[in-house]
Amino acid sequence: MDKTIILAVETSCDETAVAIVKDGKEVLADVVASQISTHQKFGGVVPEVASRKHLELINIIIEEALNKANLKIPDLTHFAVTYGPGLVGALLVGVATTKAMSFAAEKPLIGVHHIEGHVYANFLTHSDIEFPVVCLIVSGGHTTLIKILEHGKYEFLGQTRDDAAGEAFDKISRALGLGYPGGPKIELKAKEGNPKAVNLPRAWLEEGSYDFSFSGLKSAVLNYLNQCEMKNIPINKADIAASFQEAVVEVLVEKTVGAAVKEKVKTILLAGGVAANSVLRTRLSLRAEEKGFRLVYPPMKYCTDNAAMIGAAAHYKVLRGEFAGLNLNAVPNLKFSDYTSG
Amino acid sequence: MVCLITKNPEETEYIGQRMAKFLRPGDFISLNGELGAGKTVFVKGVAKGMGVEENITSPTFTIIHEYHDGRLPIYHLDVYRLNSINEMEELGYEEYFYGKGITLVEWGNLIVDIFPSEFLVLEFKQNPEGREICFYPRGEHYERLVEELTGYDYTKHR
Repeated sequence: MDKTIILAVETSCDETAVAIVKDGKEVLADVVASQISTHQKFGGVVPEVASRKHLELINIIIEEALNKANLKIPDLTHFAVTYGPGLVGALLVGVATTKAMSFAAEKPLIGVHHIEGHVYANFLTHSDIEFPVVCLIVSGGHTTLIKILEHGKYEFLGQTRDDAAGEAFDKISRALGLGYPGGPKIELKAKEGNPKAVNLPRAWLEEGSYDFSFSGLKSAVLNYLNQCEMKNIPINKADIAASFQEAVVEVLVEKTVGAAVKEKVKTILLAGGVAANSVLRTRLSLRAEEKGFRLVYPPMKYCTDNAAMIGAAAHYKVLRGEFAGLNLNAVPNLKFSDYTSG
Repeated sequence: MVCLITKNPEETEYIGQRMAKFLRPGDFISLNGELGAGKTVFVKGVAKGMGVEENITSPTFTIIHEYHDGRLPIYHLDVYRLNSINEMEELGYEEYFYGKGITLVEWGNLIVDIFPSEFLVLEFKQNPEGREICFYPRGEHYERLVEELTGYDYTKHR
């Protein structure tokens, strides 16, 4: 079946999101209930979120999505849901709800890996992407580099060994007292700072490794702050923010471009919440251009968690005939490598 | 109170690795200390000692990571982002705390109200030489565990 109208649900972490996507590219509705305003005062995302908030919101959001698309349940061709990785309680709300809809409407169910969703955010706006590609997925919970050979065929290249890049932004933002979410706060502060002011380490790891590590960088910033405090040296938050951001971006850009060269691809995809960082976008664009690669990244609203990306990924799974049974379960530690080989 | 000094992350990891040998199902360890104090590094060591091959990543964003490929399951929690104890209930914490694995909780000081009756608290602090790790065992099992790691004799100090 080429024509699809998929209702997709994403509840893996903090956002309760429902979207309706036609043919993997036309977003008929995209509703995200974000709790960022309530989170801000706590300096981090509050997982209360976890199940109860999702449960309170899910039916309302499904209804809103249907209203926005001006559709009724029988108009839909498929139902898709993120089934991992994520918080088990949060995932279960989405999985159980979507299974119920699929069963009641007698329409097929598709289970999607959260990371595959992020990758496919790119296909919502770019249906002309030519494989193979190298894709960097970088968010609060993930920093992963993969090669995509064709739709649904992935080769795992590397991932973070400690903190995700987005998490490093959050933690440094917390240490600098800049608030939450860390990514945008650091980016804003960094605009007034000198990225060369503070000398910070870059973790390149072993020669040829596509893994990442941001824990050492985090410690280096914290040590610097401690030393300044002990020696009574006033700290320049803008300089620290800029130097920190520079260190993260440089490693992300160089590893990604390096992988693209080695894997002999023509296109680089960027995905995930940190893909919204304009310094990362700009620097990766420049390096990609220099090396002759095409760089594709999603619009801002599809970088952070959303359900439209799940609907896009699900469309291509429908084309490949990859459906889930009604025994689909939430898998909190679902590995991308298991998902792609199975 | 018993404390050890570690000069680098490798030494912190090694203490965790040694501790893994003495851990048994249902053990509960709270890891307290500021950002970058070595909490996650310590958990990496425990996982290594437990024979977990998978890479241990920070659970700050996702709250709970589970590892099942070692001698005992490891439940690695970071409760910093939690808002109240109620949320621990929503996460089903009893399944972890009283389950078949080892529970290691970063920022555990935020949830002392729901600690099991016996537990081990580790305090990580910045130190001019590196990091200072202090042990606060509650219960005989944990006292013996700390004795094994540090040579400190609790029977003489009761």
